Amino acid sequence: MNLEETIQINLTVNGERVSRAVPVRQHLVDFLRIDLGLTGSHIGCEHGICGACSVRVDGAVVRGCLMLAAQADGAEVVTIEGLTESGEIADLQTSFVERNAFQCGYCTPGMLVTAAALLQQGKPATREEIRIFLSGNFCRCSGYHAIVDAVEATLNKRISR
Amino acid sequence: MKAPKFHYIRAESVEQVLRLLAEHGDDARVLAGGQSLMPTLNMRLSQPKVLLDINRLDRLKGISFQNGNVKIGALTRHVQVMESPIIAKHLPLIAEAMPHVAHVAVRNRGTFGGSIALADPSAEMPACVLALGATMVLESVRGRRTVIADDYFKGLYETAREPDELLIEVLIPEEKKNYVSVFMELSRRHGDFAIAGIACHASIKKDVVADARLVYFGSEMRPVLAQRAIAAIKGKSCSDASKEAVCAALADDLDPMDNTFGSPATKLHLQRVLTRRALDKAVERARMQ
Repeated sequence: MNLEETIQINLTVNGERVSRAVPVRQHLVDFLRIDLGLTGSHIGCEHGICGACSVRVDGAVVRGCLMLAAQADGAEVVTIEGLTESGEIADLQTSFVERNAFQCGYCTPGMLVTAAALLQQGKPATREEIRIFLSGNFCRCSGYHAIVDAVEATLNKRISR
Repeated sequence: MKAPKFHYIRAESVEQVLRLLAEHGDDARVLAGGQSLMPTLNMRLSQPKVLLDINRLDRLKGISFQNGNVKIGALTRHVQVMESPIIAKHLPLIAEAMPHVAHVAVRNRGTFGGSIALADPSAEMPACVLALGATMVLESVRGRRTVIADDYFKGLYETAREPDELLIEVLIPEEKKNYVSVFMELSRRHGDFAIAGIACHASIKKDVVADARLVYFGSEMRPVLAQRAIAAIKGKSCSDASKEAVCAALADDLDPMDNTFGSPATKLHLQRVLTRRALDKAVERARMQ
């Protein structure tokens, strides 16, 4: 048990095929950050509370720290880098800048990945519903108000389009 | 923090899991959605020798309705329960509780069976299955057995499941037409661990409570079916006086934990607040039937 046990995984990350041998105990976000250099997904609490490590796996937003890289075998993973490149959330990102919806920016990638899931639903949401949807993502600077503003503005624009 | 070293096995069949559980018992941990196990691994509160990943066992996934029972496979994710038309139609209590289960990212991974198997004291689903009189289906190499919810939740993270058993599915009788249900909880923020909570399933005719199951969670070591409170309301109208009698009886049913979320006295108070609100809501719903 002293040797590090590894496992071979094959997955898609931001549209690119990846094959790697990973330690079985490595969580997904460490794999993304350390092995693939995708440091946009942040590590905060590493026990599923803060949401800084949010990534999209097979279309669903998940905690990157609460899933083993080994479990991502065969999965399609999209990180904040992928969402940025595809332009899927360009309007949301612009809105975040316009509304100054961050200070230190540590929570921002996670916020964007979670908010992207809300936007994907394509349904109107009240400010209270937006807050509930984002309740699993902590921000320790902004007081959330500006973040809710930015998400609300983007949602309203998309719906009225 | 990072998880400790363990031997990882990606299970291919239920039979394989049962064999490995028979071999390793408590030294093995079953990894389902991982939304509670992964934090305890990362914090090294749990150091299993073997991690049995059951996520590819399709036999354990899905929701169906048969002969008056809703069957929820242990590996069904919270999001699937939340979006299920079967749950919305036959188990409104669970439909009402599900948005309180953590946050969207956790519901996307976390499983119904994982919640029942772990029996976290602040978890919503254990309280719901107890209120609805569900049956847990367990398998081991020794065979298959069923345990009713009343006998299943034993204590803090303690259930009737033996170390070599795997929770396969939960069978929940559909809510009958003349019954109403109410789910409420109090937490510091939406999705946080419940400090106090109630799952109520009752038959109320002309404001008189004919039958009721009141289950309390969050404050207790396990979900508690409040027998004395139920006795205090059965056959009575939901008047202010009978609500107070229920609240008084709760002192004998509950034994709230003393922790950073509050003192036992505070939690008993909060459970009483929820009791009054839930009974009012139940009467309101019964009137609309």
